[in-house]
Amino acid sequence: MTTLLEADGIVTRFGTQTVHDGLDMRVEQGEVFGVIGGSGAGKSVLLRTILGLRRPSAGTVRFLGRDLHSLDRNELRQLKASYGVTFQQGALFSALTVQENVQLPMIEHLQLSQRSLDELALLKVRLVGLPLEAAQKFPSQLSGGMIKRAALARALALDPVLLFLDEPTTGLDPISAAAFDELLIYLQRELKLTVVMITHDLDTIFRTCSRVGVIIDGRMISGTLAEIVQDPNPWIRAYFGGERARVRAAALQAAPPGAIGATHGA
Amino acid sequence: MFIRARRRAEQLDLDLTGSWRAAEAAAIESELAGIELAGARQATLSAADASFDLSGAWLLHDFLQRARLAGITAQFEGTEPSALALIERTYSGEMPVEVRHEPSPGPESAVEDLGRRTVRGWHGLLLALDFGGRVSLSALHGLMHPRQLRPIAIARHIYDTGITAIPIVSVVGFLISVILAYMGAQELRRFGADIFVVDLVTIGVLRELGVLLTAIILAGRSGSAFAAELGAMQLNEEIDALNAIGVDPIAALVVPRLLALMLVLPLLTIAADVIGLVGGALLCHELLDMPVLQYLNRAQSAIADTTFWVGMIKAPVFAALIAVAGCACGLRVRGSSRELGRLTTLAVVASIFGVIVADALFAVVFMRLDI
Repeated sequence: MTTLLEADGIVTRFGTQTVHDGLDMRVEQGEVFGVIGGSGAGKSVLLRTILGLRRPSAGTVRFLGRDLHSLDRNELRQLKASYGVTFQQGALFSALTVQENVQLPMIEHLQLSQRSLDELALLKVRLVGLPLEAAQKFPSQLSGGMIKRAALARALALDPVLLFLDEPTTGLDPISAAAFDELLIYLQRELKLTVVMITHDLDTIFRTCSRVGVIIDGRMISGTLAEIVQDPNPWIRAYFGGERARVRAAALQAAPPGAIGATHGA
Repeated sequence: MFIRARRRAEQLDLDLTGSWRAAEAAAIESELAGIELAGARQATLSAADASFDLSGAWLLHDFLQRARLAGITAQFEGTEPSALALIERTYSGEMPVEVRHEPSPGPESAVEDLGRRTVRGWHGLLLALDFGGRVSLSALHGLMHPRQLRPIAIARHIYDTGITAIPIVSVVGFLISVILAYMGAQELRRFGADIFVVDLVTIGVLRELGVLLTAIILAGRSGSAFAAELGAMQLNEEIDALNAIGVDPIAALVVPRLLALMLVLPLLTIAADVIGLVGGALLCHELLDMPVLQYLNRAQSAIADTTFWVGMIKAPVFAALIAVAGCACGLRVRGSSRELGRLTTLAVVASIFGVIVADALFAVVFMRLDI
């Protein structure tokens, strides 16, 4: 396994408040890495740091061994084409249709004919399980679940190897959330994606994640799901201490994580 | 190089190499387009040396589709790229849907368009009247029950729309009197009627230009701010939240803005008038060597009792037009950020237009009343 993404000693300060205090994180190729932590623990800030949208007060972020902040403009542009991101609220461009939203990164990065652009965008729209009619709709005409899928289609526009998802199932009903998890597992396997996911949804964590990182007191405790569930840290105990989590954790102990392939039938 | 093509009579051999990634899609696309299909019957592809992501696989898929249409049977030597199967599965989920094309407009569509526009304009007018009515009722209710007015909100809007506008209004007031004085001096001097420059400046500023330009500045400054603020709140579902809490958005958001602007515009007009008259005095002194005392005397006799009030009475009316247009446009924002931009523009255009139409009506009425 190669390490795709490494964050070393990330320190983030807002004024006198320290959010991350020497946080280490490591994502291997092909895994689904879940990031959890209390509200205000700095999950979204960590994501923004990894994406290079904000500079940490100290520490380095490396993609495939290369320091994010040593890259020049052109290399950074290429790097950004190799990962896809979905944001909490979808962040679809409200003035564009779904199809145009998906096409935007392609138009920016690829010099393709209009026909190929159209067809590829529609392929991505279908791939995430949206009906074709949805392609011509504007984000304001979509339901919450469709917005999440459309955002995923846009994140997949350039066939990234790495996918960042910020709370992908938050705000969805359990059935839609389960369907989204299924979709994610399917795409992760078919497209050989590496996924980094911030989530609060216990079901999503148990269904999709092979490894989990917990942000506590500005540091990250990470390990396989089975290890984390057993962790003695009080916050983690409380997090996984609920009824639902205990049942799932017990099931996890019984059938150790072959993770992804195992949870998804076919 | 992504493809090595060899041709033996009707047999086409294609060796695919390299990484068929989205980043290379343009090059792959042009190479695929360059492959001569005419005359071939069979194609053999070997993809063992190539790797595919979804975009690359789609380009291959699309090429194979074209080959099939040209009557070529294609087969893979060795294994088929797995991404191709994923594409097949994705496509087989649904029947392809034709991309909708708008019918090209015929001659009858002009009539249809005219009809639509007329109906839409009529609806717009009704909506505007409805909104104006609701705002008036809410404002009247507020004035009759002053405890329900929101003094803090009103104070904030007085500050935002009024206090911070004093510098720009003053500068514009001064410059307007400069323009009037220069223009007047140039023309009137030829008739030896220099003294009437004073009439021109004082009456012009007090009756018309002071209030009109102040209103136009506020339409640009505050009308747009109202529309943008309420529009962003609408997009963020804050208006719905207010409604759900049981707070009437018109009473909470529109009425404070309306009352603040109706209070502020007359006051700013006074500021513009004063600065305008001072500017006139300065210009007459510099340009025509007219002593300030003479300017004051002349101004005294030029201004009728009503001159100042004719200007002032328009101010609250203009203010109401600007506030209502700005808020109405803001509350109409739905769905997208583009809509926000469009309606903010519309707010400014509509309020300036409304102010000038109202001014014209005032001019006609005042002439009939012989004021």
